[in-house]
Amino acid sequence: MRIAIASLLLVAGTTFIIIASLGVARLPDAFQRMHAATKAGGIGASLVMLGVLVAGGTGRTPTVVLTIVFMLLTLSVASQLLGRAAYVSGAPAEGLDRGDPLRGVLERAETSETAELEREQPQP
Amino acid sequence: MTGSLSAMAMILIAVLAIALSLAAWRMIRGPSAADRFIALDMLTAVVVCLAGLTSLATGRGEFLDIGLGVALINFASTCAFASFLERTRGRD
Repeated sequence: MRIAIASLLLVAGTTFIIIASLGVARLPDAFQRMHAATKAGGIGASLVMLGVLVAGGTGRTPTVVLTIVFMLLTLSVASQLLGRAAYVSGAPAEGLDRGDPLRGVLERAETSETAELEREQPQP
Repeated sequence: MTGSLSAMAMILIAVLAIALSLAAWRMIRGPSAADRFIALDMLTAVVVCLAGLTSLATGRGEFLDIGLGVALINFASTCAFASFLERTRGRD
């Protein structure tokens, strides 16, 4: 029973990680890639560590629990910081159908793509 | 009893190599610096998984400490890279 639950968790976590890395490789812009990497990647890594915890046998429960808690706590903060930095450094964003809601809120570096976006959507 | 689990962990390690190579491809390719940092984030998540699976495959608990250390370094390095990116505005 325990082995069955552990292997289920391990396979589920590995599937999440594979999907996340597929997203990192295939999605069109930096923000969508980050969305794949942090959400699916964090859940996948936490599930794998949970599977290791259920499998047990090594007597290191506190280390595994600390890893899971730490990853769940910090991945969201890290993704927020990275997203803000990507926006400020002018990473191109694809498929914004209602314009750029952060314009005028955060300064943004000028690149060829951001200039193009501004031509398409003049400031109200 | 642990034999089947360790065999399974070895198979999953081989499967995770796909994820590693996809993230590494994005890191080499990635048009902007932000993409490379995101790929680094993904790589460290994969490495934490690999550490846990290796501890299952070999039966040694020390690899779990490596996973915790990589998770800690991941947060610090992401914060540092984000503040670097924000300060340099994407110019290198």
